[in-house]
Formats: sequence, structure tokens, C-alpha cells
Amino acid sequence: MKKVTAPLTQDIIEELKTGDEVLISGVIYTMRDAAHARVADMLKKGQKPPFNLKNQIVYYCGPTPAKEGNVIGSCGPTTSSRMDSYTPLLLEHGLKGMIGKGERSVAVKDAITKHRAVYFSALGGLGAEYARHVLSSEIIAFPELGPEAIYRLEVKDFYAIVINDAEGNDFFVMNKYN
Amino acid sequence: MRVITEKKISEAVESLVLSANHYLPYDALKALKEAAENEKSKKAKGILYKIVENHKLAKKGVYPLCQDTGIAVVFAEIGSGITIDGDIYAAINKGVETGYKKGGLRKSTANPVTRGNTGTNTPAIIHIALVKGSGLKLSLMAKGAGAENKSALKMLSPADGEEGIIEFVIDTVRKAGASACPPFVVGAGIGGNFETAPLLAKKALLRDIGDKNTRDKNAARLEKILLEKINSLNIGPLGFGGKTTALAVKVETHACHIASLPVAVNIQCHSARHKTITI
Repeated sequence: MKKVTAPLTQDIIEELKTGDEVLISGVIYTMRDAAHARVADMLKKGQKPPFNLKNQIVYYCGPTPAKEGNVIGSCGPTTSSRMDSYTPLLLEHGLKGMIGKGERSVAVKDAITKHRAVYFSALGGLGAEYARHVLSSEIIAFPELGPEAIYRLEVKDFYAIVINDAEGNDFFVMNKYN
Repeated sequence: MRVITEKKISEAVESLVLSANHYLPYDALKALKEAAENEKSKKAKGILYKIVENHKLAKKGVYPLCQDTGIAVVFAEIGSGITIDGDIYAAINKGVETGYKKGGLRKSTANPVTRGNTGTNTPAIIHIALVKGSGLKLSLMAKGAGAENKSALKMLSPADGEEGIIEFVIDTVRKAGASACPPFVVGAGIGGNFETAPLLAKKALLRDIGDKNTRDKNAARLEKILLEKINSLNIGPLGFGGKTTALAVKVETHACHIASLPVAVNIQCHSARHKTITI
């Protein structure tokens, strides 16, 4: 199991290979459908996004509300393909990692290779388990979107598997069921 | 005649929302544990045990099983021997609203065009049937979108036959792949018409994992064939390979037009959250 720190560095990315199981620790940002639409719009208009995307990892996740005394609610991954139309633009602006579940489009995979980034899958449907790995959580943008707001999460030993590495390998293609 | 009040219905629905989101049905949990024991792939085995572990955490009542606590789908069977005092739709929706609120569950119901969240996880999807008896049976599913989005309906030609049915079901499961959170329960509705087939597929998901269709021996035969084929796709738990792609396939059939062959496939993720109560 490889240890990965977030935000990423190019050295870390280059060491990650498709199929690697990793434990991610550090800071990641949640973004799902609505937040992607807004951030993409800001980038197209030349505006600054709510956080600097450089070397960051975004996590496709819309958590349940935190109960009193807890940092966050359940927080597993959502389907990545819904973010496909926005991802190449975010990668152009310095994003280096994505965590979600399921396959990516050809355009996203090409952009991952071009920008030497990495796509991880977390384990879908394990929201309670993932909550244990979030040390702190703070809404940094779009609170009106509820679960679709951008949360800054500090995570520890967050389990994921490398699906698309910077070399263009794809776990799901290698696994040959598609 | 026995009278059931709106309040009684709302309270029952509220309890279903809370329990469905924190406890897997016993049969689903048992099937996951058995699959974990039987998996040969180390990764697949590990993932299945993590799913079981996630359930242990969720049942403490703080964190729901999954952050996608679903859109609420409610099947109500009203016995002919009872009277509902009030509006059953309003009562169910009230129970859904208070259940999601009290449970701190995610509100995942939105306007389809503007995408504005309704803020209450209502309206629920409600199906009502009139049956014999003197009770009100309420079944609630917390249906997540990851698997629902990969479900499909196809109007086959009668000439496609059994082979065409099998091919469509397998193709739908293959396309569902990793993102729909396998191992699945696959509900297949065969026959009826454009709206019947999906409803049969959805209802099929309420059946026990271990049962088989006793009303239609062809359906039972297809369940067995389909399960074997699906589990040889090597999608595996959460798409990381292995022989556990589905825990069960449930087939329901209905007579159809001589010129039609509708087939619907409703995918249920491994977090097969549903619960039934009779009041």
C-alpha cells in the first residue's frame, strides 16, 4: 500500500501505477456536478476559482450532513463520468488528481496523460467507513448548494486505487470487461 | 372497518427511512458475507469485507451506509379491509420528509430542469396497489442514483427471443460496470408494456436474495442462467475484478402484446437498502 500526500507533487504522481492501492493523507476538495459547472464557468470567464487548483486533488463526493459532534457525515465517492465534460479544463488549470468511482471518457484519459495527472477510484457505497478518515471539514464555497458545496477536507489514510496513471494505463481496460 | 390515520402512516414511513439507511436487509448482508468467503481474488475479498465492515459502522446509527441516501421509493399495498383516514400520498411524503430530516440524511431530490433541490427529499416516488386483507404494507427503498442511472429499458422484437433478453440484460450489467457499485442485485422485468416492465424490475428488487420465482418457472430458469453469466464477466466487487458481480438476479414477467417484447433492467447497488413494514 503506497502512502500519498495531498496536495500532490509530480514526483509522487510519477511513482503511481495503475492498480496501486494507496492511502491518501492531506488536504483534498470535494466537488460534484453543480460545483464543477460553476468552477468551469469561472475558469472560462477568466475568474479565479474558489481555491487554487494547482497540484490539488478533487474528490467527487456529496457528503451527508455532519451530526452534532462529528466532523462530517457519510462521504463515499460518486460516479466520475458525470464530471467528464469539465475535467480536461480543470486539468489545464493545474488540477493533478481526481477521486471518484467508475470509468472516465477518452477525452479525460487523454487529458490525464497530457497533464501527467492521476485518477483514483475510492470504494463506492462505503460512506460510513470513509467518514472515519476525515479529520476536518470546512465549506469553502457555494454553501447554498448543500451537499454539492465545495468542502475542504483534511483526510488521513484515505483508501483508493489508481485507475488512470500518468503513463496512460487504465485499470478498467486492463481488467477487460468493457 | 379498521381505520389507519395519516399520522400512523407517516410514523411508519419515517421509521422505514431511518432503518433502511442504516441497516442492510439480513439476506443482503448474509449474501455479502458468503461472497466474501467464496471470493478467490484477494482484492475482491478485501473489498467485500470492507462492505461488511461499513455496515457495522452504519448500524450504530450515526453515519448512514452511503452518502447517497437516495430518492425514496415507496410501495404501498392497501388491504381491502381497511380505510385510510386522509391522504395517503401526503402521509407518505410527510414520513419521508421527517425521516430524512431527523436522520440527518442527504436530500437528493431536485427539480429535473432547474436542478434546484426540493430541500425535503420529497416528493417520494409512490406506487399504490389494492390487495385483499386488513393491513397496510409499506415498502421503502432508498434508491441511489449510481445504480439507477445505469438501469435500462428496451423494446425488443419478439424475434429476439430468449437470446435477445439475455443479451440485453448482460449488456446492461456490463455497461453498469464499476460506477454502479457492484456486487449488484439485478431486477429484470420482462413483458407487459412500456411502463410495466420497469415497474416489474423495480419490484423484483424487493424480493429476498435467496428466493426464486415460484410463479413462473421460465423466470426462475432465466434467473439462474443470468446470474451465472453475470458472474463470469469479471467485473467483481466495485469493478476491481472477481467472480462476485451480482448477488442475485430477480426476474418478473407479465404477458405482453403479440408484437412486443419489453425488457427492463433495474440495477441495485451492493447497498441494497429497503425495508418493509405492515401496519
